[in-house]
Amino acid sequence: MQPFSYAPVADAAAAALRARAGASFIAGGTDMLQLLQENVLQPDELADLNGLPLAGITEEADGALRIGALTKLQEAADHPLLRERHPVVAEALDATASPMVRHMATVGGNLLQRTRCLYFRDVSTPCNKRQPGSGCSALEGENRHNAILGGSEHCIAVQPSDLPVALVAVDAEVLARNTDGAERWIPVGGFHRLPGDTPEIETALKPGDLILAIRIPAHAARWRSHYVKVRDRASFAWALCSAAVALRLDEQGRVAEVRIAAGGVATKPWRLPRVEQELLGHRLDRDRVRLSAVWASEGAVTRTGNAYKAPMLQHTVERALIELGGLA
Amino acid sequence: MPEPAHSFMLTIHVNGVERQVQVDARTTLLDALRDRLHLTGTKKGCALGQCGACTVLLEDRRVVSCLMLAVMAEGKQVTTIEGLARGEELHPVQAAFVEHDAFQCGYCTPGQIMSAVGAIKEGRARSDDEIREQMSGNLCRCGAYTNIVAAVRDAAAQGG
Repeated sequence: MQPFSYAPVADAAAAALRARAGASFIAGGTDMLQLLQENVLQPDELADLNGLPLAGITEEADGALRIGALTKLQEAADHPLLRERHPVVAEALDATASPMVRHMATVGGNLLQRTRCLYFRDVSTPCNKRQPGSGCSALEGENRHNAILGGSEHCIAVQPSDLPVALVAVDAEVLARNTDGAERWIPVGGFHRLPGDTPEIETALKPGDLILAIRIPAHAARWRSHYVKVRDRASFAWALCSAAVALRLDEQGRVAEVRIAAGGVATKPWRLPRVEQELLGHRLDRDRVRLSAVWASEGAVTRTGNAYKAPMLQHTVERALIELGGLA
Repeated sequence: MPEPAHSFMLTIHVNGVERQVQVDARTTLLDALRDRLHLTGTKKGCALGQCGACTVLLEDRRVVSCLMLAVMAEGKQVTTIEGLARGEELHPVQAAFVEHDAFQCGYCTPGQIMSAVGAIKEGRARSDDEIREQMSGNLCRCGAYTNIVAAVRDAAAQGG
């Protein structure tokens, strides 16, 4: 680890001041410590955000749930209102990392978790995300875990977090504060950016921006929802593929509203509008589910090691819908 | 608030005893425990949060001490494997690990035991499936998993 200075900050204004002086933020630290250990990040200064009053979940007047950015993943997963109203989010958190990591990591930090692409984390190899212009080693290298959707010729790294995939399904927003103190809401679906030719820019945040909270709107409580994660072992592993589904059936049992997002397969949480469209207005039966899920991998670009993800994505979406619909 | 610095006089409460130690900002809680406080029961495996050998309790919650800067534990309560037994009397989870032969080489064992103590405290060791899920952050390369599950089940039944 390279030397850095450290100081806790007491409020958002102090955080902004340190960010302007070049500090990086640390909260739960579970990803930051790995990136420091491997010399992927070499900050001059760390500003510790844990003193800010941003932990906890509250219900807003209109019924929305507001999750403070410093809420630990385990604390969020255990929250009764979150579990009752938004199972997809609780299930995604349950399936995240290990109990130890869930006691440390924060929901705000989880949105900013960096990719697990082998080459991003290995400083001896070229990587456009870590070192812009150096090239992408994954295109022709070990790419079993890399993206089949949303990639570019510069980067096919997967955004690895489970939580934002579920948050896209429940139409959540992120509250960010810039260094001037101005706050703005960003839909989670628009929070992460496609790599394009600037894979080093990963989110809609500007330097020094601070995540304050995540908000799940009241209308999402109308939806039944479910998260399915497929991985190499039964627990404590990154998603090879995941599907987050939220939907409402009308009185005739037809799909009246539906939002579906995929994880583990794309450079950002990946909304599946064509699958949603194929389901809308139809009864949720096994044939309709299968015919709709086929569209999940539309537009996929596969490489030597990750072609398996295209059928896996279709089947994961199909399974999530079957389980949610009680069709098994 | 303090100005950013590279070195700190840290105060932490380890196994109920207040300890003061000078640490670099880069020092992990794991390295502070092992190299500065000479509490070598906590093991260093991967140093990347993947193996669980360094599991300790921070304010009664399981954490991996390799992924935490020591300075971020300022003023906090830390419990390590050395803090479980009362004199010569083993903690029920330690006793259950001995009883069930829940280890071979023993390197992962302090982390396994701390994780099990945490899981039982959290009320998350109610079935074998739940124990397996809750202990999934602690790897055992000798493959003692079957006996680890039996030990945790037994200790949980006795109230941990």
